[in-house]
Order: sequence, then structure tokens, then C-alpha cells
Amino acid sequence: MQNPIEFTNVWKKFRKGEKFNSLRDAIPNLFRKRTAKNVKDITLEDMEFWAVKDVNFNVKKGEVVGVIGPNGAGKSTILKLLSGIIVPNKGSMKVTGRLSALIEVTAGFHPELTGRENVYLNGTILGMKRKEISEKFDEIVEFSGISEFIDTPVKRYSSGMYSRLGFSVAAHVNPDVLLVDEVLAVGDIAFQAKCAEKMRELLRSGVTIVLVSHNIALIENLCSRVILLGRGEVLKEGAPEKVIPYYENLVFQQQENELKQKLKSSDYKVKVTDDLAVDISNVILLGENNEGKDSFCAGENFTVKAEYKTQKKIENPVFALEIIRADGVLCCSSNTKEKSDLGDSIEGKGGFKVNLGKLDLCPGIYAAKVSIWDRDMIHPYVIRKDNIFRIEVSGVKNADGVFLKDMDWQVTGA
Amino acid sequence: MIRELLKYKDLLFMLTFRDIRIRYKQAAMGFLWAIFMPIVAVAAGILIKKAMAVVSGQYIDMLGVVSISVKVLPWTFFINSLKFSVQSLVGNSNLVTKIYFPKAVLPLASIFACFFDLCIAGIVLVVLLTIIKLGVSIHLLWVPLILLFLLLFTAGVGLLLSAGNLFFRDVRYVVEVVLMFGIFFTPVFYSASHFGNWSHLLLLNPVGSILESINSAVVLKQMPDLFWLGYAGFCSVTVFIAGLNFFHKKEPLFAENI
Repeated sequence: MQNPIEFTNVWKKFRKGEKFNSLRDAIPNLFRKRTAKNVKDITLEDMEFWAVKDVNFNVKKGEVVGVIGPNGAGKSTILKLLSGIIVPNKGSMKVTGRLSALIEVTAGFHPELTGRENVYLNGTILGMKRKEISEKFDEIVEFSGISEFIDTPVKRYSSGMYSRLGFSVAAHVNPDVLLVDEVLAVGDIAFQAKCAEKMRELLRSGVTIVLVSHNIALIENLCSRVILLGRGEVLKEGAPEKVIPYYENLVFQQQENELKQKLKSSDYKVKVTDDLAVDISNVILLGENNEGKDSFCAGENFTVKAEYKTQKKIENPVFALEIIRADGVLCCSSNTKEKSDLGDSIEGKGGFKVNLGKLDLCPGIYAAKVSIWDRDMIHPYVIRKDNIFRIEVSGVKNADGVFLKDMDWQVTGA
Repeated sequence: MIRELLKYKDLLFMLTFRDIRIRYKQAAMGFLWAIFMPIVAVAAGILIKKAMAVVSGQYIDMLGVVSISVKVLPWTFFINSLKFSVQSLVGNSNLVTKIYFPKAVLPLASIFACFFDLCIAGIVLVVLLTIIKLGVSIHLLWVPLILLFLLLFTAGVGLLLSAGNLFFRDVRYVVEVVLMFGIFFTPVFYSASHFGNWSHLLLLNPVGSILESINSAVVLKQMPDLFWLGYAGFCSVTVFIAGLNFFHKKEPLFAENI
């Protein structure tokens, strides 16, 4: 049996920059192109980029495949290729059976027409026959829940009614292959529940589905296979519990880089004295085996080690450590203010070490901020905050929040 | 391509319906729109005819006025169709970039909507011609064939121009200028025979030969010039096929170039 979707070595390029779409611009460009061609046409190639690069995948009948990836990874391009709106530059693709797309469900609406007319119009645009629409008309209107306003021009509809009607039409096409792109978040909670129910019904009916979403939980729940895209290429493909953690770590890595950039460029609000009385150097984060690294497992033993050097004697310094999440949440902090047993003053070179014990933070990106303050913690001598570390996701992420807690559950019967 | 269009004939119908519906909705004149432009054009034609009559010292006859009215309707259909179809892809860019369907239905629907206007105006004209007792002849049977040629020719040009306008937006302005002055180069207000030996030059324009054929069949009640009718038919079919092919070839590029 042939696969409903076969996508073989597909390449698709797009052009960057302004296009020439008036004759006035095109005619000089024609000459430019001709002269440029004599000396190798580099400019044109420069302006192009691959939106989809050698992508391969097949989808079996009845399979639900999720496509994930950061913005600009080529997800929507792939859906457009699948639906036939654009054609590949290289490679071949084949879609067998009736195809329908839950993408831009209101694209076919015309504001001047009534809901009823738009149901017919949009239905035929999506490839239904008029007879077919007439048969399903009541069902569609019932589903959208706007039967009261069906003979009102849709320009008077609220945006929620608008997209609900659009979704209802698209959901009743009865396709063999369904492409879904982030449209399940239409309408209010009640309607979303209805959409979810409709989706499950479609799943049960054995429709082949390609689902594009940033909603990882949705992908995890619905899909039997996930394709991870990045910059137009397939980075990973397989079962959700394999691909999704990989993707999340990838996202964290990116967040980490962004955070590093941000910390570098931003000045801390408290002004640090220009002539550094103290300097902190060699901040190292240590893991279980006392090795310096920047990525840790959840629950790993965690130690921060650093060295300092003073220009003069400092009385009663306070050392402080803060762990800050990528989004700025202060997760925990500690300082030596109340710990008098650490000595009254420092001078010259020295070091300090903080052990945090088991690191029970949820997977994500964090920054360790080390600082030395004066006695009353009013004025900092020095702040070091360029130590970013990452707590890796292992297995499917099953915890959200700040802390990772192993909780003991007990459920009893009534 | 034709087969795919047939598969989407319901869509073609709905889009035509949409175009008609929108044109007459919230319009104070309603269906009068369909005859408004022909009336203005006929008035202009009569004025010009009168001026020519004064210059040449002749009278204008009833038949001349009737002839203008009969020719104005297909002409208005032709220019309205092109005006609407040239915009049809760009004006529906939402549909072009978001949903897959044979895009040829968009220009074709705007042409069919104009054909609907032609039918409305045609009915009015038939009523008027009956009142003035123009009378009928066997040659009226040519009219459907001639209209078919006109439709094919218009569809061919419309397909070409709508695709052209998608790539180059100024196609539309060029079309507007050509259509504005086209009436002077086409035997609408006058008859090609006025130009004697030069008349063939005017009939080389397929719309010209189509209009003259209609005039023969309806007003003059005689057999249309078969050579020129054949020529018009040949042009129409050729242009239609060329337009369809061009459109089909360029269709995959629409979504990224619009």
C-alpha cells in the first residue's frame, strides 16, 4: 500500500530582499541580469537561501506526524509544499487522496457575504462539492454555534465567531490527509474543547495527519512520530519521547546564548566602584565529580568555586551567591552576612567555595551571580554574573515550575 | 488542466456568485448597474454619430443607433471583464497564497460575473428592440456562436493579463490605458465599412470582427462575413488555449511571487 505522503529529497529556495514586480523595474533588471550573467551571476545566488533543504519523510496511512522546530525552520513551507501551493525546486513529493488543510481557515471568507454564503464559498474553495456542503450544512452551523447569525454578513461577526465558522467548515471536509497548522486555539474554552473532540474523532477515523505546532504538550499527546526541523533541515525524527527532549535542550542552548549576550550588554543597576577594590576571577561551576562544566543533570551535586584578589584590606566583606533563571526569576540566594565564623577581613588573594548540595531545579537555563559586598550589603565591591549553566532535560519533561521535587503520591479510594 | 477546472466547477460557480453578489450588494442602483455603463456608452456613441452626421451632411438613422446599442453591450462586457480579471489574482492574494485550488477559477469567475451583467443588459436590449419592432431573422442563430467566441477570447486575454499582473503590477495600468482608448480602434461607434479599403485593418482586431458579426446578424439581418467570423473564431480559440497554457505554466510560481 502506498504511503499517503511521500516527501523525497525536497529542496525549496526563497529569495531574500526586494523583488521586481513592476515592469519599470523589471526592464532595467533584465539588462542588468544579462550583463551580470557574462561575469558569473553571484548577486542572484547571494539573495537566495534554502528554506527547505533535502527533506525526506514518508507518512503512513492513519499516522499522525508532528512537525516541530523554532521559527523559520521551514515548517510552514513544508505544509505549503504538501498542499501544493508552492512547488519544490528539487526533489519530488506526492500526496495521495483528498487533502485538506486546517491552515488559515478564514482565508476564503468575504466580509460582505452572509455566514451561509461564506460556508458554501469557503467549502468549495476547500474542495467540497455544493451538494456535499448542503448535506453537512446543519452540522457545520451547529458545530460553529452561531446558527442565530448565519444570515448576517460576516463583517458584522466578532473575530471569535469568524474563526469559529472558518474552523467548522474546514473541519467538515472529510479528507484523507489533513494538514494542521496551529489553528486549534480558536474561540473560547468551550469551543476549544469541541475542536479537541473533533480532532480526536478525526484521529479515530484513520485520517493521516501532519500537525505543525509550538504546543509541545499537544504534539506529545497526539503524535506517534515527530520530525524536528531546524533551518530547513531534518534534525531528528522519531518517537516523541526521543525527539521532544532533544528539541527542548536545543531551545535551552539557544536561550543560554541569548542570556549570555544580554548579560554582557546590560549594566547592573547598582554601580560598582570604578577602582575595583576586589576582583573575582575564575568562577567555576562544579558538578558531581568536582569537574568544571556548564551543563548539569537535575539533582546533581552543585558547587560554585571562585577566586578573589583585593587591592587593600577589606573589613567584614559579605560574599553572596544568587541563582537566577533565564527569565529573571531569582531562584535562590545565599550570603555570608550572618556567618561570622568566616573571618573579619580579607586581603590579597584568596578563594571561596559554596556547595548547594543537590541541585533540585527544573531543567532550564540559569545564571550564577557571585558578588562581594560591604558589611551592610549596601554597596557591592564586585559582581560577576557571566556564569550561565544549563540543567538538561532527560526523558520527557514532566515537571514545570522552579523546583524539581520528587513527590510521594498516595491516592486512596473513596 | 481543463479536467481539474471541471472538478472545481462548483467553486467557479460560487466565486462567480460571490462577484455578482458583492457588486449588487449595498449598491443603491442594484441591477441598474448592469445597464448603466452601456447607457452612457450608447449616449456617447449617439453624440459622436450625430457629430459625424453634421460634418458629412447626413442624417442619423434609427438603424445606426440600434447598431451602436447592439455593439456597445459586448464591448462593455469585454472591457469590464478585463478590468476585473486583471485584478482577480492580486485582489485575492489571501486565497492565492493560503489555499490550494486551480487559480484559473479566479479570473474566470470575474469574467463570468461580467457575462451575467451582459445577459441582464441583453434582456433589456431585447425588450427595447422588440418595442421598436426591429424584427427577427434566421441569422440570429449566429449570435450564440459569436458570443462563445467573444467569451473564449476574453477568457484567454483575462487569464494572460491576470497572471501578468501578478508578476508585474503595472500590467494593470497598461490595460486601463489600452481599454480607455480601445474604443476608438474598435468599430463600436462606427462601422468598419466606413473605412473602405482600410476596413480590414480594423477587423484584424478580433473584437472588431466579433462586433461586426453581431451587427450583421442582429441589425442588418444578414449572414456575417464568414471569413472574418472564421478569423475571429480562430483567434479566440488560439488566444484561449495560449492563455490557459501560459497561466498553467506560471501557476506554481504564483504563491511566492505575488
